[in-house]
Amino acid sequence: MEMKDLYREIVNEHNLYPSHKKDLADPTIVLQGVNPSCGDDINLQLLVENDTIADAAFNGSGCAISQASADMMIDLIIGKKTDDALRLAEQFMGMIKGTATRDEIEELEEAAALEDISHMPARVKCANLAWRTMKEEIEKLQKGE
Amino acid sequence: MNNDFKKDFAIFEGNDIIYFDNAATAQRPRKVMEAMTTFNDTCNANPLRGLYDWSVRATAAYEEAREKTAAFIGAQTSEEIIFTRNATESLNLVAYSYGLSHIKEGDEIVISVMEHHSNILPWQMVARERKAKLVFLECDEEGTIAREEYESKITDKTKIVSIMQVSNVLGVTNPVREIADYAHAKGAVVIVDGAQSVPHRAVDVQALHADFLAFSAHKMCGPMGMGVLYGKKELLEDMPPFLTGGEMIEYVTREDATFAELPHKFEAGTVNAQGAAGLSAAIDYLRDVGFDRIRETEDRLTKRLMAGMQELPYITICGANDPLLHSGIVTFNIEGCHPHDVSSVLDTEGICIRAGHHCAQPLMKHLGVQSTARASLYFYNTEEEVDRFLEKLGKVREWLGIK
Repeated sequence: MEMKDLYREIVNEHNLYPSHKKDLADPTIVLQGVNPSCGDDINLQLLVENDTIADAAFNGSGCAISQASADMMIDLIIGKKTDDALRLAEQFMGMIKGTATRDEIEELEEAAALEDISHMPARVKCANLAWRTMKEEIEKLQKGE
Repeated sequence: MNNDFKKDFAIFEGNDIIYFDNAATAQRPRKVMEAMTTFNDTCNANPLRGLYDWSVRATAAYEEAREKTAAFIGAQTSEEIIFTRNATESLNLVAYSYGLSHIKEGDEIVISVMEHHSNILPWQMVARERKAKLVFLECDEEGTIAREEYESKITDKTKIVSIMQVSNVLGVTNPVREIADYAHAKGAVVIVDGAQSVPHRAVDVQALHADFLAFSAHKMCGPMGMGVLYGKKELLEDMPPFLTGGEMIEYVTREDATFAELPHKFEAGTVNAQGAAGLSAAIDYLRDVGFDRIRETEDRLTKRLMAGMQELPYITICGANDPLLHSGIVTFNIEGCHPHDVSSVLDTEGICIRAGHHCAQPLMKHLGVQSTARASLYFYNTEEEVDRFLEKLGKVREWLGIK
């Protein structure tokens, strides 16, 4: 997809009218994800019950790609087991790296639209930020930190 | 009025890419590439040590570049020109060699808040190592460093003042000569980062009263990997080598060594002779174009660019309102749009601009912005490009979904 179409069809909507940009009342874990070189900064909140992501939200600022990626990720992971969310994060980052299979990409639902970011090295960090942060949070929880 | 300089550059052939990222690196004309190819095809050998014709000619090409560079910036002798990889290495050389050997506990090093990271980090290192204090000159919103500011910060404790001549973000020109005179009266040495000034105007180290001047070839139509450090001879002679090894010695024993004379003392290892040939050709090329013409074109285009941007109410330009104070550098933000998104969508229209913090995070913080977009011009840019850029710029908000 051409970059402008990607913005028009997917990114703008999630960036300008995000469904999950808010604060959770009682999150299990909150973590700040930062890309110091571009100033992307998100605060990702997860509510985890019985190893399932019961709810999630984010706040922060950054480019449209980083914000939209966070919003789409949360759409995908609410209701998923933490292990599944971890696997999806790996698949997303694999897609951006260009190593994911077709099936793995399809499982990412709307977030699969960001596949073309893999051709734009400068934007990779923006797309990955939320997923990297989510992975770190779940790993912390699983280690009991 | 458009110019024909684009014809001198192979990269502009057969496309209508608008290259407005000249503050990051400039394009290289064919003449520069030809000079480097000629070196490669006619006399490639390791310079300075050979006893045969190719090496003698390689040495001649290398040293001719040094003499040309010396004349270009008004150095008194070519021994005052040290070739490095880039301006960053030049500044590091001064910091590691002059800085570490001359700064003592309690001394002060003065830089400005608008410096590029390459003129901040080396001095942070020296200050840390020597328990010295790093002092920042602050600027106002337009980027002006007031006389009272530098007269209050530069004191008898100040041993080094290191400052950029032209800001890579605001385009503002600092009063380097006035600062240098004040600093000299207090007994400090003055280092000038000329990365953004030397490509765009005639810079003369005598007129600037600079003790050191650092710049890069790649921002002035020369090759990447080639930088210059000018230093006053008596200061350079008094400095220890930065890197050690081949071709910078007189005698080496198992335990000790005596170092070569200037400038070779600071050029350890095999040098970038082909790059020097390229720099030499870039200096010739810029002289042919002429700094008056470079300045006139940049000023005219900047006026047009800023006038067009000022008609778009959602655009904020960093720095002075007067386009003539921008040195062709226009840093801006579009309300509601992140600079990286702006740059990405303009890229789809064949427009190259920079977005981010421009290696000047302390300045970004001082200006209260996270990151910005930057259009930077050079003499080969045209009014047609400025107009096309403005037209596309006016569509960015729509492309990013803002009604």
